[in-house]
Amino acid sequence: MERLLSIDRRYIFVFVALAVTIPLLIKFDLPVPVTKEVKGIYNKIDSLPEGAHVLIAFDFDPASKEELLPMALALLHHCFRKNVKVVGMTLNPGGTGLANSAITDTGKQYEKIQGEDYVFLGYKTGVELVMINMGENIYSAFPKDFYGNATVDLPVLKGVQSLTDFDYVIDLASGSSIEAWIAFGKEKYDFDLGAGCTAVIGPDMYPFLQAKQINGLMSGLKGAAEYEILINRKSTAVAGMSPQSVVHVIVVLFVIFGNFLYFMSGRKR
Amino acid sequence: MNRDVSITTWILIAFGIVNIYFLTTGKLSFGLEGLGLITAVALTLAIYSFLYKDNPAFKIVENLFVGVAMGYWIIITWFNILKPDVLEPLIVPLFKDTGKSPQYIVIIPTILGIFMLLRFSTKLSWLSRWSFAFVVGLGSGITIPNFVHAFILKQMEPTFAPLYTGDILGSINTFLILLGVVSVLIYFFFSVEHKGVVGGVSVIGVWFLMVAFGASFGFTVMARMSLLIGRVQFLLRDWLGIIQ
Repeated sequence: MERLLSIDRRYIFVFVALAVTIPLLIKFDLPVPVTKEVKGIYNKIDSLPEGAHVLIAFDFDPASKEELLPMALALLHHCFRKNVKVVGMTLNPGGTGLANSAITDTGKQYEKIQGEDYVFLGYKTGVELVMINMGENIYSAFPKDFYGNATVDLPVLKGVQSLTDFDYVIDLASGSSIEAWIAFGKEKYDFDLGAGCTAVIGPDMYPFLQAKQINGLMSGLKGAAEYEILINRKSTAVAGMSPQSVVHVIVVLFVIFGNFLYFMSGRKR
Repeated sequence: MNRDVSITTWILIAFGIVNIYFLTTGKLSFGLEGLGLITAVALTLAIYSFLYKDNPAFKIVENLFVGVAMGYWIIITWFNILKPDVLEPLIVPLFKDTGKSPQYIVIIPTILGIFMLLRFSTKLSWLSRWSFAFVVGLGSGITIPNFVHAFILKQMEPTFAPLYTGDILGSINTFLILLGVVSVLIYFFFSVEHKGVVGGVSVIGVWFLMVAFGASFGFTVMARMSLLIGRVQFLLRDWLGIIQ
C-alpha cells in the first residue's frame, strides 16, 4: 500500500501521454453537444447581414494558441462565409503574428481582399485606454493598420467611426482582457460582446454571461470544438475531443484511486 | 556513461535518424520550412523532457523562450508603438519635410515614458515618481467608476431578478444565484459568530465555494490537457505525418 502511495509520478505522465496519443491514432468520435453559451455567439454572427462589421480582438499569445487559435479560425470561417467584414486587432504583443496569419490565411481561402473585406489593425499598448480611444474614434486609436496603410482610406472600415458602429465584438482572451472589454467597452459604449477564453479562466466568465454582459462564451478547446460543429467544419478542436475525454477519465480514475489508497492506508489527517 | 547521458544519446540518435529519413524521402523539405519544423519538434521534446527530470536541454530551451519572446516583444513594440506614435509624428517631421508639422503634444507622454526608465538610475530615479503618479492617478480615475458600474452594480442585477422567471428550471437557477451570493457573503462576514442560522447559512456558502473551486480545477485540468493534445497533434500530424 505504501509503495502505491509513493508511486513515481512519471508513471502517471506515461498514462496521460498514452491517453492522449492512442485516441489520436485510433480515431473514434465522441458526441460533442453544443451548449447555449457557444450557440449565442454562433446565432449572433449568423444573424448578421452581408457587409456587417465584426471586430475580433486576438488577445492571446502562442502559449494559449492550442485553445484559442481553433476558436479564432472557426469564427473567421463563419464570418467570411457570411460575407461579414472582419476587423482584427490585438492587445497582446505576443499574439500579433498569430492573429495576422490567421486572418490573412483564412481570408485568402475565401478569396477575400485585404483592406476591402478584412483588415488586421495590429497591436496597441494600453488595454483600457485603447478601448476608450476606440470608443471615441477608431482612426485615432489605430491611424494605420498592421501593414502601415492609413485606416481612414480602407474600404473595409467604411461606416465605422467608433466601437458603437461594430455589429458585434468578440474578444479571444488568455488573460483579463474580457473584463476590460466589458468595463471599458461594452458598458461604456453599448455594443454586443461575445467572448472566447482559455478553460482556466472560463468559470470566471459565467457571472458575466448571467448578467448578460456577454451574449456568448467559448471556453477552452471544448468551446472551439462546439463552434467547429456548428459551422460544419470539423478540425483540430473536434479531433482533440476524443483524447480530451479519455484523459479526463484517466484523471478522474487517478483521483478516485489516490483517495481510495489514502483511506485504505489509514493515514490520519 | 551514466543512465541519463545514455538515454539522452539514444534519443538524439533516434531524433537524428527520423529527421534524416524524412529529409531524404522528401517528407520534410530541405528549406526553411523543414528546418523550422525540425526546430519546433526539437524544442517541444526538450520542454517535455522536464517530465523525466530537470536537464540542460530543458534549461536551454526555457532560456531561449524567454529571450525570443522578449526580442519579439521589442520588435513588435517598435513597429506598432514607438515608430508610428513617436518617431513618425514627432521626430521625423523635425528633421525632414514630410508635409506635416511635428505633433509636439507627443513630447509629454514620451518624456513621462523616459522618466519611468530612470528607475535604474540612483540619482534620477525620483523623476520616475512623476510618471507613476500620472499612471496611478489616470488609472484610478478611469478604473474606479467603470469597475463599480460593470462589476458591482451590473453583477447585482441577476441577484435582484424576480425568483419566478416563468419556468421551473429558470426559477431554480435564479434561486441558486440568490442563495449562492447570500450564503458566501455571510461566510465572509466575520463580525458575527458563525453559530445557529448564520452558521448554517455559512456552511451552505462553503459548499458553494467548494463547487466553484472544483469547477475551476476541472477547467484547469481541461486547459492543461488541451495544450498537451495540441502539441501531440503537432508531433503526430505535422512532423510524423501519421494522422490527418
